[in-house]
Amino acid sequence: MLMKLNDEERDILAGKLGPVPQQALQHQIAVGDFFGAEDFVAVTQAHIMADTESLGDAGVRWLERMAAATEGRRRVCIPTITDPRGTDFSKAAYLGQTQSMLDLERRAIAAFVKLGVVMTDTCINYQTIQAPTRNEHLAFGDTGVVIYSNSICGARSNFEGGPSAVSAGLTGRTPRYGFHLSEHRRATIHFHVDFTPASLNDWGALGALIGRIAGNYWAVPVIEGIEGAPRSDQLKHFGAAMASFGSIALFHLVGITPEASRLSDVALPNLPTHRITRDDVAALQQSYRKDGKIDVVVFSAPQLSLFELRTLADLCDGKRFSVPMLAVTSPQVKPDADRMGFTARIEDAGGTVMSGMCFYQSYAREIAEAKGWKRLVTNSAKLVNILGGYGYQPMLESMEACVDAAVTGRLE
Amino acid sequence: MNVKTVYRARHAMGRRVRGTALVANDGFSARYDLDRIAGVFSRPTHKLAGQSYVGRILVLDTAKGGVASAWMIHEMQSRGMAPLAFVFNSVNPILAQGAALGAVPMLAGFVADITAAIPNGAELEIDPQLGIVTVLG
Repeated sequence: MLMKLNDEERDILAGKLGPVPQQALQHQIAVGDFFGAEDFVAVTQAHIMADTESLGDAGVRWLERMAAATEGRRRVCIPTITDPRGTDFSKAAYLGQTQSMLDLERRAIAAFVKLGVVMTDTCINYQTIQAPTRNEHLAFGDTGVVIYSNSICGARSNFEGGPSAVSAGLTGRTPRYGFHLSEHRRATIHFHVDFTPASLNDWGALGALIGRIAGNYWAVPVIEGIEGAPRSDQLKHFGAAMASFGSIALFHLVGITPEASRLSDVALPNLPTHRITRDDVAALQQSYRKDGKIDVVVFSAPQLSLFELRTLADLCDGKRFSVPMLAVTSPQVKPDADRMGFTARIEDAGGTVMSGMCFYQSYAREIAEAKGWKRLVTNSAKLVNILGGYGYQPMLESMEACVDAAVTGRLE
Repeated sequence: MNVKTVYRARHAMGRRVRGTALVANDGFSARYDLDRIAGVFSRPTHKLAGQSYVGRILVLDTAKGGVASAWMIHEMQSRGMAPLAFVFNSVNPILAQGAALGAVPMLAGFVADITAAIPNGAELEIDPQLGIVTVLG
């Protein structure tokens, strides 16, 4: 072991607080030593990505073993919340999900509850639960959550996969490396954008291009040329796509994000520079396009905000869908969408509003086989990037074009 | 006498193993790129599309995509369907967390492009204690 431990950490490692925090700290030390972390940093919140497709039976048993402990500290010691689950139980039959998938899901939830985890089931917690603050150290999972928290809020988190986020919740700390350190938050690559996107799919496509070029977790893009003040939903799609295409965890928008009032705040002169045009963004979207019949339209990844659902409801008025149209939101937004009538307007057109899950985290391959869905249209750049590996032919279009496609069953 | 080539990594974890390299200058994400049931790369645009990764030492450029790999490597290991080891130019925290939970040896961070240095199909020995990968033949 290379990391320096304080007295409390030595006690945890020695098992004086019980086997659960001991196991958690052992895992964290393995990761911290790998990355050369000098010590731990206290964190104030943890966010756990743990859909059951990813966990499998082995991951659920790992959680159950922790939850079954009878000695020492057995619950998380900081606010610890969950990313989308693997299903919306009320829509599972519609999605063709099997009883074994749902049984595994219930076992995972039971273990998390025993560990004291708050089941928020959302990837938009920065919009709905508790927005991080500048310089707040976090242990967040879900790449979209991390990149938004780091970049827009100025908080400090690495990508914490499920096992590490659970561990951080149990120990209240995480190894101090990567984006917890100021020296890793400076820009490494510069982009000049010659237009400001308007639609969510254009923001996503721009994020995708930057992520693809920047190319790895340790790259920090700084971007100039964006005019005005982008909205939260736009930056949500921008960051989620950048993180998905490039594994990027932090970006700076000059004059917009908190650490980059000026370019010189985050960048040394002579960084490698790339220029991105409106045509580049259009070309990325065109690369996914396949005219003709479609099987399903999906709005998800990230979960939709209340205002995305309102816009979608406006587009659905007077329409009748000929193919399935799914819209996925958080359990916090769904009751408001119901109360405001957005859900009813979307479902009157033939759509289905789901909550607490995300399409790609819900056995997307098995759903495709059960439902015969292959040609999928969405306005989420993140979703098109993920679903290719699941056997789909995903296409990236505007929300308006997606709704039109749900009506005609075709992309023209 | 054969001259064995040795490459040193800045980051290392896990136990010593020997096996056959599966090499490509491409990224890696368990969720985005794999059919984990069949044990093959499934993303059509991946340079290893259709090839089995089970029991192979994966030599790739960098970790891509989301956080799911942290659980998925552990899940694959539980079914005996995991790679034998990871040797990457760079990794993100997710792959390191997944390797730690799934007990898959890992090396990352080389002076040279490791995907160009190691031939596909080469026999390798990974020694994380020494932080080296040796090309045996």
